[in-house]
Amino acid sequence: MTALLRRIAPQLLTLLAVLVLVTVFFPGFLSVGFSGDRLVGSPIDVLKRGAPVALLAIGMTLVIATRGIDLSVGAVMAICGAVAAAAVDRGWGLGAAIPLALGAGLLCGLWNGFLVAVLRIQPIVATLILMVAGRGIAQLVTAGQILTFSDEGFAFLGSGTFLGLPVPAWAWILAGIVAGLVVRRTALGLLIESVGVNLRASRLAGVDSTVLLVTVYMISGLCAAVAGLIVTGDIRGADANNAGLWLELDAILAVAIGGTSLLGGRFSILASLIGAMIIQSINTGILLAGFPPEFNLVIKAVLVLMILMLQSPRLSDAARGLATRRRRTDEGAAAPRAVKEAPR
Amino acid sequence: MLLEARGLLKRFPGTVALDGVGFGLAAGEVHALLGENGAGKSTLIKCLTGAYRRDGGEILLDGQPVDPRSTFEAQELGIGTVYQEVNLLPNLTVAENLTLGRQPRRLGLTSRRGMRALAREMLAGYGLDIDVERDLGAYSVAVQQIVAIARAVHLSGKVLILDEPTASLDAREVAMLFEVVRRLRDRGLGIVFVSHFLDQVFAISDRITVLRNGRHIATTEAATLDRVRLINLMLGRELEQATTHGRTAHDAGAEVLRAEGLGKRGRIAPFDLSVRAGEVIGMAGLLGSGRTETAEVLFGAAAADSGTVRDAKGPLDVSTPARAIASGFGFAPEDRKTDGIIGDLSVRENIALALQAHRGWARPIPRAEQRRLAEDFIRRLDIRTPGPEKPVGQLSGGNQQKVILARWLAMNPRFLILDEPTRGIDVGAHAEVLRLIEEMVAGGMSLLVISSELEELVAVSDRVIVVRDRSHVAELTGQEITTDAIVRAIAAPGANLEAAE
Repeated sequence: MTALLRRIAPQLLTLLAVLVLVTVFFPGFLSVGFSGDRLVGSPIDVLKRGAPVALLAIGMTLVIATRGIDLSVGAVMAICGAVAAAAVDRGWGLGAAIPLALGAGLLCGLWNGFLVAVLRIQPIVATLILMVAGRGIAQLVTAGQILTFSDEGFAFLGSGTFLGLPVPAWAWILAGIVAGLVVRRTALGLLIESVGVNLRASRLAGVDSTVLLVTVYMISGLCAAVAGLIVTGDIRGADANNAGLWLELDAILAVAIGGTSLLGGRFSILASLIGAMIIQSINTGILLAGFPPEFNLVIKAVLVLMILMLQSPRLSDAARGLATRRRRTDEGAAAPRAVKEAPR
Repeated sequence: MLLEARGLLKRFPGTVALDGVGFGLAAGEVHALLGENGAGKSTLIKCLTGAYRRDGGEILLDGQPVDPRSTFEAQELGIGTVYQEVNLLPNLTVAENLTLGRQPRRLGLTSRRGMRALAREMLAGYGLDIDVERDLGAYSVAVQQIVAIARAVHLSGKVLILDEPTASLDAREVAMLFEVVRRLRDRGLGIVFVSHFLDQVFAISDRITVLRNGRHIATTEAATLDRVRLINLMLGRELEQATTHGRTAHDAGAEVLRAEGLGKRGRIAPFDLSVRAGEVIGMAGLLGSGRTETAEVLFGAAAADSGTVRDAKGPLDVSTPARAIASGFGFAPEDRKTDGIIGDLSVRENIALALQAHRGWARPIPRAEQRRLAEDFIRRLDIRTPGPEKPVGQLSGGNQQKVILARWLAMNPRFLILDEPTRGIDVGAHAEVLRLIEEMVAGGMSLLVISSELEELVAVSDRVIVVRDRSHVAELTGQEITTDAIVRAIAAPGANLEAAE
């Protein structure tokens, strides 16, 4: 427990700092109230708006832990949203739409995993293929239109409320808990980290790296499918061009802020989720603080840069070095004074 | 002496890579540097070329102390290096590669004509007729190698270090390269030649220096050295010490495994191997002779393209490591860092890894059990670590090796392959590893021990298989197992004849 707290402490502190910063500019930021039977307020909005990136970050964490990367998740969101919308549009019902969308996500993951694990294509190149092609596939599914629908059940996925919280918030929290339990209560987490640190040695120790790599890309595809369903439900339509656009980059950023190295190895899903919430707090905060919208991206970039600099091992080493040197000079300066004061 | 090193000392965590090594290179000679893996050849070269900072000793160039802090500084001083894999840019032209960093300029812009002229001038005298305007990558490795040499000689001009330059060349290309090397020698350069191809070493070298375990063993005229003696020097057989066979030649148990015609084209010729319960099979041979390759096809690290492995019950699948492990095999590889340990993970996780991988991800070993397993092996194998949660990458080499042994002992395999189990570990750990080998065998496990240390093989083996030129060439049993016999088998019949030429 204390080990876990120590692991996520930097992310928690950063989140706290961001919340305080936003509150300074927009004092009402942290207030939460009830409107009927549901919670409302900016923090709730952050939990809801942050859902797509948080979901993507779960899969991305596992992929990055194997020393890979999945650039296709934004496009996979578009594909899965399009598949679900098309199914609903044809009157197949939500009972068919959801499994079809999740299946499409798994299939996309299988494709990425095949390229990476079997054909041994570098992950960044392998997933770039689907990143580019995916939106085209989604356009084919929606026949080039923004495919709108009026299925209330589907819309509930994106904008409904359950037990006071928005459904998207439930989705990522539950997905995070399930994923966390699966990787830590089985040996999946250990095997993923082992492959990420040293693929060759892991293979020689008997780890079936091919199956493992395909699995993590499929998990990533599944997470993207859920995110795609939420985004599509929220706007009641599948937009092949814009659903999940650039979100793969925010998901990678969330993992990086969460402290998982892009070189693979040790990972923490919880820290990545906090990272996703940090990003969303910044997004929401900038909007609420009333800066002209053209500043948003630059302010976000500056904040993210500061966060990553604070986490940089080189900078923290330098800071520690500075601190010890100062302490030493302080001690040196303090010693004579102590002698002088002794007679009193 | 053109270049002289005195008492060079270089330490790495847990091991002394160079222990007071001396080395002298005269102008106008080709000086071969020999030794097995881990002998200290590459460390010595890296200290001479500034890639490593030495921890002690001095380096003299033309009698003046020098202290190169980078390969660039060494180059400025006159020491150039050409590596096995050419470190030039294949997608630039030959001329660009040759003049990179000092392109002739005209009115502040690089002059292509000047570049061409300079490149042709640099290549003059190397017997190369190539178009300097074509991409370097369009030419064979041998030509690239010579271009790299031309560049190094032009930039440095006194000392040329060739690190395994012939490893990827065919015979004709080697001859072409040697022609160039001889010409440079005649021009008065001092040339250091690192290779593990003994024929080539004898063909080109004037003098030979042998390193072993980070120590200088001998420097002699190549003409007065015969091949058997050279191998003795490299493999560390102390001449005065008559090592005898340590294990009683007991009749090991029944045959547990048999490999028939197992091989992989280009790596190891098909071989038969019969393994009996509780026996140690030693494997001797020089670097690159097919020792490790034998282990790799047996363990599925490189899938065999011919042959079968079977036990009493029937054929075994050893096409991947996971399947070989399921068949009861284990493999502690030669290169611990890249093939053995998972550096960032803890001692506990490293020990549990093979067992966990074998059980599958859905049946995790409870953490308490992993801890017990780790603590048990830490005690039994005397692994020096602050605790089971310490990242294994932070332990010394000997302790890393013990962690890998623990990983396999936890699996309780029937056949365990140990590739250089005592390389790069200190004397204490060395003895403990040998003791562990005895223990494992007493428990009925069969071992294949690959080692460059002949005394070690003689001491632990029931049989010794000798490998040369990627095939199994001899098998020694019982009283036949002596370091002398092994050296003779490695050196090949007629070795004395060749040396006498």
